[in-house]
Amino acid sequence: MKTLSNTLAVILIMLVVWQALHALAGNGALTSPWDTVRELASLLGSSDFWPHVLETLQALVLALLIGVIGGLALGMTLGMYRMAREVAEPILLNLYSLPKVTLYPLVLLAFGLGLPAKVAFGVMHGLIPITVFTMNAIAQMRPVFLRVAATQRLTPARAMWHIVLPAILPEVVSGLRLGFSLTLLGVLIGEMFASQRGLGHLIINAMNLGDIKTIMAVALLLILFALACNGLLMRLGRRLAHY
Amino acid sequence: MAADTASVRVSPRRPRLSRADGVRLTVVVVFIALVELLCRTGVIALSVMIAPSAMAAHCVQILRAGTFDHDIAVSLGNIVAAAILSVLLGFAVGVLLHSAPRARAAIEPLLSAYYAVPTFVFYPVFIVILGVGAAPIIAIAVLLAVVSMVTATLNGLDRIPRSLHKTALVLRLSPLQSALRIKLPAALPYLFTGMKLSVAYAFIGVIASEFILSGEGLGYAIGYAYNNFQNRDMYALMFLVLVLVTAINMVLNTIDRRLQARRRR
Repeated sequence: MKTLSNTLAVILIMLVVWQALHALAGNGALTSPWDTVRELASLLGSSDFWPHVLETLQALVLALLIGVIGGLALGMTLGMYRMAREVAEPILLNLYSLPKVTLYPLVLLAFGLGLPAKVAFGVMHGLIPITVFTMNAIAQMRPVFLRVAATQRLTPARAMWHIVLPAILPEVVSGLRLGFSLTLLGVLIGEMFASQRGLGHLIINAMNLGDIKTIMAVALLLILFALACNGLLMRLGRRLAHY
Repeated sequence: MAADTASVRVSPRRPRLSRADGVRLTVVVVFIALVELLCRTGVIALSVMIAPSAMAAHCVQILRAGTFDHDIAVSLGNIVAAAILSVLLGFAVGVLLHSAPRARAAIEPLLSAYYAVPTFVFYPVFIVILGVGAAPIIAIAVLLAVVSMVTATLNGLDRIPRSLHKTALVLRLSPLQSALRIKLPAALPYLFTGMKLSVAYAFIGVIASEFILSGEGLGYAIGYAYNNFQNRDMYALMFLVLVLVTAINMVLNTIDRRLQARRRR
């Protein structure tokens, strides 16, 4: 409860700073908090806006599905073998620190404009953190779990499902938190270039028009959405850690 | 992420090239050879991707001719500036937060959601505040990079063993002495992990901002080449970025490994 009130205090301070910056920079540069909320409300009330939201959500969900399933499968496979892990880890971290926008022309040439390119872009951003977290969670798992699986003579698939997956779930959720954020970022960047619809497209459009009000409103919506999802995942992670 | 991975299995004395390094090299070489083969046989069309050897050859060519020297210099300058700024700023904020537990408890949940915020959205705001040019790009890269340094600083300060604090008391060191001679060296391996991430994010931030929003720099040059169907230039530049990132990562990882090994003694 105390943490919550502290966090509220921080949010309040951020609002004050925002308002102060607005006063300093003027309306042309930074919309005030109140105006941004009003603009967001009017956006949410207009029927033109929702198709964009749904478009982004659709790409996000698809990219997350592929990223999570792929990341888990890859992370679990690599995690089970020490050698595979040692070989793969530097490669994965290197790919992670590569500015992925540079690969964007390649994605467009391979997938064309539209939904597949956006999803591919989201997956490129989100897959690696989920893989790395899963892989390391297995590496740090207590060895006794695997011995239990061996004494019970479980097949590898059943050992994975009944023993390994439950054991590493909390770490997987932390990987998912980072993976979620980056997938959202990837989908948005993908939409900025590879699409005529979606929130990313709205943002790049508003950027080109110098329409700060819309940018701020969409950014606020994205931040609130990301914070909410992150909070939910955090609670899920904490609950899983009790087992 | 890199913090826990690095601490898992690095032994202090490690042969210069382990078996895993050899296998990894083989995997990468085989992968590149496979892509080369697919390109040469036309499975991957020339309009989609040129062969890796052609990328490398053209990359050497444009470096010799100096076609993109200006863009490369601009990007590297921005990256260095952003990395230094975010390391210094992140360290300062980390130290401040560490000394104020209440503020820290309030801010930490927000930090973990930080990467969900698409920072570059605020570029127009930065342009109005900071003017056109390098400053807004550096600002975006710093926004992206600073948080990992803050987290690493907090982590490092948390993990200074208590016996070291007591040693400082026993030796009657002044606060400054104890900070410089005991706390900083003890936290250094963690701080370095933060620096490593900051450099990586500064790279991502600068190149991505240039790609989206700028009129010069490596990111811009790649976007420009793409829009004008100059595939050879584009792939040569992508190749250059890939090589640069890999080289920087390898250097930083080597230093990181040494520091981590020192921590274990």
